[in-house]
Amino acid sequence: MSNPLTIFQVAGQAMSAQLVRMNTTASNLANAGSVASSADAAYRTIKPVFRTQYDNASGLATVNVEQVVTAGQDPTKRYDPASPMADKDGNVWESAVDETREMVDMMETSRSYQNNVEVMQTAKSLILDTLKMGR
Amino acid sequence: MADNTLFGVHGNALEVRSQRMGVLASNIANASTPGFKAKDIDFQSALSSLESGSGVDTGMAAATKYRVPNQPSMDGNTVELSTEQTAFAENAVQYQTTLSFLNGRIAQVTRALKGE
Repeated sequence: MSNPLTIFQVAGQAMSAQLVRMNTTASNLANAGSVASSADAAYRTIKPVFRTQYDNASGLATVNVEQVVTAGQDPTKRYDPASPMADKDGNVWESAVDETREMVDMMETSRSYQNNVEVMQTAKSLILDTLKMGR
Repeated sequence: MADNTLFGVHGNALEVRSQRMGVLASNIANASTPGFKAKDIDFQSALSSLESGSGVDTGMAAATKYRVPNQPSMDGNTVELSTEQTAFAENAVQYQTTLSFLNGRIAQVTRALKGE
């Protein structure tokens, strides 16, 4: 962290942050509708917390994932005595993953990732052109 | 200041464009960070402060302003992707323009030195 940020680090770190977000979305969607035999054991939606990282030396700012937290609604209790996961009263707890919201999140993540790739490509070609100056 | 006689305004212009590219990249990187305030460099004032001989750091800091969003979002983030993408593309083209001015000047001086 001692060296000043470059434009490549700005875009690169933003891409890894978006990748963490994509991973949490994938986990959420994979566990949508999964059941457990208690409310504590049931899956809960996880979300990353983004935090801006400022660099005063270069005036740039990039983004990091500060932590990953559980969010969203509590698991829903459902009476299903036939399920192998049912407790002694015949109840199961189903994870409350908002699938629509996760899909929207996934699309936004992918767009942000693409934007950062575009920034990196443009910066790269401009810097290479600058290197060739005067030839 | 001495190199201004050879390259005119274009050396400083390239510096400002390069700094602005970094600021716009920071905005795009933070497009989904709650509470992030987008910034931009006012090219005109940054260039004139560099031309008047102030350092890059002080000149850029004075010319960097917060962007006023057209439609503020509820999470306090003022990055509007369409605005940022347009500004980034515009800045990239302007950077290349400045670069070709510099290349033209270098070619011109080289030709004069060779005496062709």
